[in-house]
Amino acid sequence: MNKEFKTSTPTDSEIVFGILNNSESAIKRLYVAYFPMVMQLIINNNGTADDAKDIYQEAIIVLYNKIKKGEFELNSKLKTFLYSVCRRLWLKRLSQMNRYSGDLHDFQEYSPVEDEVEDQAERNMQFSKMQSALGMLGEPCKTIIEDFYIHNRSMQEICENFGYTNADNAKTQKYKCLQRLKKLFFQQK
Amino acid sequence: MRDEQLLEAIERYLSGEMNADERRAFEQLRTENAEVDQRVNEHQQFVGVLKQYGERVELEQRLNAIHQEIDVQAIEEEVAIRPMWIVDIWRHHHSKISVAASIAIFAILATLFVTGKMDNNSTYQELSSKVDKINKTTSTLTKTVNALKNGNRVLPQDKYRGTGFAISSNGLIVTAFHLIDRADSVYVQNPTGIFKTKVLYSDSRHDIAILKITDTSFTGLGTIPYTFKRSEGDIAESVYTYGYPQDSPRYGRGELTSTNGLNGDTLDYEISVPINPGNSGGPLLDGKGNVIGIVKARENGSEGVNFALKSSYLLNAIQNIPSDSATKKPVLNTKNTLSGLTTVQQIKKLKNYVFMVKVY
Repeated sequence: MNKEFKTSTPTDSEIVFGILNNSESAIKRLYVAYFPMVMQLIINNNGTADDAKDIYQEAIIVLYNKIKKGEFELNSKLKTFLYSVCRRLWLKRLSQMNRYSGDLHDFQEYSPVEDEVEDQAERNMQFSKMQSALGMLGEPCKTIIEDFYIHNRSMQEICENFGYTNADNAKTQKYKCLQRLKKLFFQQK
Repeated sequence: MRDEQLLEAIERYLSGEMNADERRAFEQLRTENAEVDQRVNEHQQFVGVLKQYGERVELEQRLNAIHQEIDVQAIEEEVAIRPMWIVDIWRHHHSKISVAASIAIFAILATLFVTGKMDNNSTYQELSSKVDKINKTTSTLTKTVNALKNGNRVLPQDKYRGTGFAISSNGLIVTAFHLIDRADSVYVQNPTGIFKTKVLYSDSRHDIAILKITDTSFTGLGTIPYTFKRSEGDIAESVYTYGYPQDSPRYGRGELTSTNGLNGDTLDYEISVPINPGNSGGPLLDGKGNVIGIVKARENGSEGVNFALKSSYLLNAIQNIPSDSATKKPVLNTKNTLSGLTTVQQIKKLKNYVFMVKVY
């Protein structure tokens, strides 16, 4: 029942250092290497290929953040960590959908990852609040905010993009936009 | 505009754009003004979430791009646990299988219904046939036991009709016990009429029963013409019987062939008088008109080998009639009015004293 996947699996340290160095190929190799394992878990436990994608990407993000924060210990296996997170996430999803039969068909060994999954859930909530706040903000505020705070563009660039005659007008506009965004963000419960 | 300037200062402070003097002044302000300090923290945190959100969106886009390149279908097929072939068949053909199963069940039920196997009575019938079987077995056993008791002879039991004869003028009649065994009621009939009786005495061992005529129309019999022989009869003596093997009386004659019955049974005589079912209980008389026995049975399969109970046991039975019976002990006739008469004359005299016994 346990199929071993023949794809060339990168070593854990390759992945960890690759991610720390913002290597695009490291993430891709990681993603490709363990997706079949998670697919196996999900579709053999009442899930679909789309469920597998959602769960797997979530787990990759957890792992990515953990590595970025320098919290991932190299002595624990990436594979086990990913499987455990996916397993935990899928159990949560199943019970939310009332489809958990009380018995999960396991394919790998796993370790406790409740803390990571809970942290992730909390961050996800903040992000979804931020997403909807930005959505409600409207243009041009949304682009100004995203350009300045997320894409780290200078006020000079923003002035040019939006055709503001002087930087002060742009700054005032950005200030008003940020105040509105904060208001929208904190309004949500 | 104070607030806008503060925000700009916070942003310049956080992004490290301030020069050393400005920085020192702002930090001074931050320590002195708690509100400013709080604003700094608040802003830092919010912008942090905003930046992380941006990073998350970007990461998700990258992951989606990677996902696009994966042959999801192939992986799905590879990792899916192949269901067993029977599950596969069920998935593809379950409608057909269901229809077939329904038809099969219907057919079975219909067959059961048509053949009556569903009928609850069947069990009952089986039971009752079992009871019948048991009854048969029991009656066979009873027959066997009776046959053993009576020396393995076939009794004219199934006729429910036999013969009896009077032993006293007040209406005591002796007959064979096997005739009246388990009878509802017993009637006796002679040429003068039919009378109801009750069983006064019965002795299954000797196969003797004594009836008493209780009918109100009965007026008495008059003097009994024959006597009862106390001693044992002689071999080769001529004997005859008179009885009702059918509706009309029948006379039969022969010899006393043995003073012992079947297998040396000392209760009985063996006689060559032809006997038929219905003769049972009839008198066996010698040539002088003495009752020497009661016709009892014939041996199965051998013609002319029949049996009669010796009269001495009849006399014993008469003595044994319970004293609390309604009648006093019968006074036996001691004067034989038949001796010296021809058999024809004897029969004429005794015919009213021999009865057909009808058992209901």
